[in-house]
Amino acid sequence: MTETISTKIWHEDPEPDNPFAARTCYCSGFDVYGDLLGRISWMQYLWLLIRLEPPSTQQVRMLEALAVGIANPGPREPSVHAAMSAGAGGSTRASALMAALAVGAGNLGGARDVFAAMQSWAACGTDLEAWRERLRNPPVEERTDVWPDFEHSPGFDPNGATCPTPVRQLLNCLTALDEGPVLGWLGTSREALESEAEAPLAFSGVAAAALHALGFTPEQGEMLYLLLRLPGAAAHALEQEMNWAKFPFFGTGLTLTDDPGPTPPSTVP
Amino acid sequence: MTTAKGPDLLAQYEDNWITAMGATFPGQGRTVLRGKDVLNDLGHRRWMEYLVYAAIGRESPELARLIEGLWTLGSSYPDPRLWNNRVAALAGSARSTVTLALAAGTAVSEATLYGLRTSKGAIDFLHRADRKLKAGQSLADVVQGELRKYRAIYGFGRPIVRGDERITPVLQLAKALGYENGHYVQLALKIHDYLKSSRYKYQINMSAIAAALMADHGFSPDDFHRLACLSFVGGMLPCYIDAHDKPEGGFFPLRTSRIDYRGAPERRWGEA
Repeated sequence: MTETISTKIWHEDPEPDNPFAARTCYCSGFDVYGDLLGRISWMQYLWLLIRLEPPSTQQVRMLEALAVGIANPGPREPSVHAAMSAGAGGSTRASALMAALAVGAGNLGGARDVFAAMQSWAACGTDLEAWRERLRNPPVEERTDVWPDFEHSPGFDPNGATCPTPVRQLLNCLTALDEGPVLGWLGTSREALESEAEAPLAFSGVAAAALHALGFTPEQGEMLYLLLRLPGAAAHALEQEMNWAKFPFFGTGLTLTDDPGPTPPSTVP
Repeated sequence: MTTAKGPDLLAQYEDNWITAMGATFPGQGRTVLRGKDVLNDLGHRRWMEYLVYAAIGRESPELARLIEGLWTLGSSYPDPRLWNNRVAALAGSARSTVTLALAAGTAVSEATLYGLRTSKGAIDFLHRADRKLKAGQSLADVVQGELRKYRAIYGFGRPIVRGDERITPVLQLAKALGYENGHYVQLALKIHDYLKSSRYKYQINMSAIAAALMADHGFSPDDFHRLACLSFVGGMLPCYIDAHDKPEGGFFPLRTSRIDYRGAPERRWGEA
């Protein structure tokens, strides 16, 4: 029996002269090149791919606002820094984005932060007491995993002081677009949550709330956060290409505490 | 430096990385790793000895030989149908670079059904099982409890096939190096015997035997994870090369009829 790829997302009709080339491509039943192309936005298509149903106008506006809000974390942020490190040395462009994905995947402000925060939303909803309890006593997995353990409350910035202005601006913008109670509740409960987490709300926390409000699962949210933060990494990596002489090396920033000093050459065995 | 929090902590680390791990001194022609000179000392050793020293700070040619053997016997199968190897082969077929192929394939190796999550999970299970046994639980209770809670035990059972042909040669290698009678190896084999004769019919796989050998060296799950993270590249490289050397796009091409669509019927945008 011929092995096949089972999918609810995509199917194709072949060109008459080539069974390996598609004549028509359907995404969740819609003819991509005959119907969708030129009629829907990239954000509508992204939604359709993940959710398999068209979004409402309001849902697209909210997802698009989030996408703009997180598209470029800026050149100081670790995932973009990683992409620029690829660019500065003249590495492949794919490696720049792979670097951004690898670093931007992590627990600290990365996609794993969003995943964990979305799990909190799924568990606590808009119940402040449930949030307080979860922040005080986060779930502990008996089994170890490839991901490091969390060292902070997901969605909050352990290295922050107060909630930065752009984070609050993104939260306010999304609150205005949210047809449900989630973002508004986060706005009014933010300080109480920050007090319990002993850290200010982070971009990852706002993104997690918005993605939860839009009905995405934590898995879908993790993937979207990885994807939607790549534009800034791409732009900054391109800008730094072969710009190594003007890119920080932290030349005097490293202190080695166990330097043996010059040693005599050993005999090569 | 650890009492500060927030921006104060970041300010302490600004342009200030204090480390005992390593550094290079370009003007002096020197490089240091964990207190040892790379060019005049570590650089003359085998690469695996260097890697083990880099990962855990332990100098041991025997341990390096064991890990080398585990990589060669256990995680370097050059079959492009295996999911991580397939990524490397697809990269070769699509004419991407060898490093992108191996980097992506290595990242993919942190999988749940095989690879690094099972390896780390296996050493974690052996540690937890050992603690429970020492606390007085029976082997049957420990194993059944794990299966009830997680429906599977990392390191035991295998997708696609039942047995694991790597166990015998790995145990032979362990015996040659004097590691076959360690506490965790014996525990892993006891669990294997129990499961094999139970209704579950699971058998020990490569992850558990490698995990047991590493646990017998006193390694934590994180140690094992770090020591194993590059262990699949020996199998990926030939898969990349083979696909690269064949016609572009020639690696298992799929015709449109190979898509088994189970989704929404044909419809038009804007029409409910």
